[in-house]
Amino acid sequence: MSTVRAGPAVAARARPPAAGGRGWIVVAALVAVVTATPLAVAVGALFAPDREVWAHLAEYVLPRVLVNTVWLVVAVSALTAVIGASLAWLTAACEFPGRRFFNWALLLPLAVPGYVLAFALAGLFEYTGTVQTALRAAFGDQAGLPGLGARAASILTLTLALFPYVYLIARHAFATQGVRGLEVAQSVGMTPARGFRRVALPMARPWIATGVALVAMETLADFGTVSVFNYDTFTTAIYQAWFSLFSLDAALQLASVLVLLVAVAVITERRFRGRARFEAVGSGGDRRRLRLAPRAAWLATCYCSLVFLVAFLLPVLQLLAWTVQTFGAEFDPRYLAFAGRSVFLGLAAALLIVTLALLLAYAVRMRPGPLAGGFARAATLGYAIPGAVLAVGFFVAVVRVGDGLTAAARAVFGPDTAAVVLTGTVITMLLAYAARFLAVGHGPVESAMQRIRPSLDDAARGMGVAGFALLARVHLPILGTGLATAALLVFVDVMKELPITLMTRPFGWDTLSVRVFQLTSEGHWERASLSALSIVLVGLVPVLLLNRRSG
Amino acid sequence: MTLKKRFRKTASMACIGLAATLASACGGGEPETAAPGEPAVPTDAPADRVVVYSARAEHLIKPIFDRYSEETGVEVAYTTDKEQPLIQRLLAEGENTDADVLLTVDAGNLWYAAEQGVLRPVDSPVLEQNIPAHLQDSENRWFALSVRARTIVYSTERVDPAALGGYADLADDAWQGRLCLRTSKKVYNQSLVAMLIARYGEERTEEIVRGWVDNLATDVFSNDTRLVEAILAGQCDVGIVNTYYFGRLQKERGADIPAALHWPSGETGGVHINVSGGGVTKHAPRPGAAVALLEWLSSPAAQEMFAGLNLEFPANPAVEPDPLVAAWGEFEASDMPVAQAGELQAEAVRLMDRAGYR
Repeated sequence: MSTVRAGPAVAARARPPAAGGRGWIVVAALVAVVTATPLAVAVGALFAPDREVWAHLAEYVLPRVLVNTVWLVVAVSALTAVIGASLAWLTAACEFPGRRFFNWALLLPLAVPGYVLAFALAGLFEYTGTVQTALRAAFGDQAGLPGLGARAASILTLTLALFPYVYLIARHAFATQGVRGLEVAQSVGMTPARGFRRVALPMARPWIATGVALVAMETLADFGTVSVFNYDTFTTAIYQAWFSLFSLDAALQLASVLVLLVAVAVITERRFRGRARFEAVGSGGDRRRLRLAPRAAWLATCYCSLVFLVAFLLPVLQLLAWTVQTFGAEFDPRYLAFAGRSVFLGLAAALLIVTLALLLAYAVRMRPGPLAGGFARAATLGYAIPGAVLAVGFFVAVVRVGDGLTAAARAVFGPDTAAVVLTGTVITMLLAYAARFLAVGHGPVESAMQRIRPSLDDAARGMGVAGFALLARVHLPILGTGLATAALLVFVDVMKELPITLMTRPFGWDTLSVRVFQLTSEGHWERASLSALSIVLVGLVPVLLLNRRSG
Repeated sequence: MTLKKRFRKTASMACIGLAATLASACGGGEPETAAPGEPAVPTDAPADRVVVYSARAEHLIKPIFDRYSEETGVEVAYTTDKEQPLIQRLLAEGENTDADVLLTVDAGNLWYAAEQGVLRPVDSPVLEQNIPAHLQDSENRWFALSVRARTIVYSTERVDPAALGGYADLADDAWQGRLCLRTSKKVYNQSLVAMLIARYGEERTEEIVRGWVDNLATDVFSNDTRLVEAILAGQCDVGIVNTYYFGRLQKERGADIPAALHWPSGETGGVHINVSGGGVTKHAPRPGAAVALLEWLSSPAAQEMFAGLNLEFPANPAVEPDPLVAAWGEFEASDMPVAQAGELQAEAVRLMDRAGYR
């Protein structure tokens, strides 16, 4: 049996904290200390403003980039919500030609990094790109497509790159919710469309919100995609302050303003969401689907095909064409090592981050309240600030810890003790990834955990199962798909990640994304296709595995 | 304590605080290239390893380092990143850094690295002999290793080269709707505008940049290659690029593509040049090995490779450029010292913001 109950969280709120729950506060605090440290370094810079740079930015840069950023974040969030949720609803709860294919195929764009999608789409549709060149060759010099402009191009590309976050998370919600809710709606006289709006959509809201929150944070922190189109945002202003005006202080200050804004947004969203709780009653999804009328079914097929074509098939074909052109000059055996390191780092980071996310989500469940909740928010803010800024914050913090340990060691063992160098190790690198991507792991885990009824915990406790045992024996098996979703998102994000990888990698630890950087920094976009395509192909493996798991 | 032990200790200390689930990941904590160690104190004794932080892309340095290792037996360990993160990294690491040499592109970045105190003066007769005075820091903290020219490229089908002058002339109404530029975010354009400020002063330069913006045929480009392609495809007639991007397209598509380079004459201020180069880090553990590497890089054989790999001009005047590059002819370079671009860079960036050059 599977129904879903949506209603006020009176019972959950009134539940007394579990015995031994204080330890969980410490767990939440520890996770937050590791991942929020680089933010603290950035916010620390707020107290030493670089007045000259600020005055310039305030007059000539910030007004424009703020407008641009608001446009970008609002439009990308809205479009990914609509596209991601509608596709998820179609593939999870409806029946139409090609559904089984699109069910997994629409996850594939997840493996395409935004900056790669941007240069592939630009390579296809720009004035000098494949499509317009062909048009001019066929119909003369005046033929061509109208220019989209930097804003529309950036919004479109980021939407296509990021909608799978919403799709993946919302599909899980719709799939476990089944059509039963809809049947209830129909039984009281609602049309399917109205039933979707009034019943299915509200019930999936926390999942859609989780996906959109990730999209919004990723969009705020994006540098690679908007740079391809020269669209100036808050993040490009941060880079400008640092790289062009030589003021890391101003860059950190801008970044901390960004962090504060995101913190406010996150808290507001939590309050808004906090009024309702959504728990699945029973287990196992309802696998029956709504049969669409023939015309609607074909419309659904066309819609899914269009998104799949533009977000995945066309760009990948363009990458493939470039790869074929450059393969002889570009391939060497080191590629196997690049790919191996990318996979290793993705897997190790996924393991670490999902573990931390699980501990964090469970800690908040055990000790609900502003303290644990605050730690959880602080621990996941790193996703919203540009990777390069986070990388520097993390690097500085790690060096300071190393210096502190060195001083302590020298005080104990004498002044000739070797210095403790924590940078340049894989452990440091993984912790830096955790600081950046904990939100990506935490979102799906938290959403999945909210679906477990508190009464289940009470029943388990009644049988003497509590604390870690409750997590391991009761929650873990139920959380399977949520954990796999989190691991997949972290894996592909780490595969695509650049600034942290560049700054914290040990000597010789070049990865596929580092290779893309090496080549694109010198304008060799076509030669970078082999690495970009490899990221996509390697990223497909977990996408397909997850799909088999979740059916 | 050897370096290897230091890394071991590091890895084990990092492991202590972590959950058992991470134990497998800790195994990867030891870098692949951990080599027989060196004393941490500076010494001029011959070293069999030298460590480089490079903002110059890997495919442009690896073949040269491989050659160096072959010839001298010295292993070159390197890591690449953007300039600013590398400089911040050196600042954070301080005395504990393992880096001996910083390689970077753009004189502005070399100037900034020297300003931040991450480079040390080098007293080397070999470098003094191989690298001309105007291509090195006045306090010998960095030396150019290649020269890149940023000049005007035009369509040979739609532009009469006699109509072309200097950079400032591209602000004339004659070029209305015909000019293509790369984004002002790129340091190459910031250095170019810095040179114009040095020559014309701020007010006149702002007028010039506004004129450029008024003449733009389309939005600014994110790289030079696309810009040249746009000229070939007819989207615009004239633009400003680093010559090696043009050379690369000639190499791919043949020297007869319908575009050519124009060198601004000495009367208009000459051709804007910039450099890539390097210096010895302030806390280099192996300063002797660092200087030896830089000296070798400035030698004729290495210079040919260093410039040739990217179709740039060698910094050592005794070395001929690649034949494809030499075919572009002689030019008169701007007499502004390259480091001045660094000092004026922030001013140039602010000026371009004011002028609406994105």
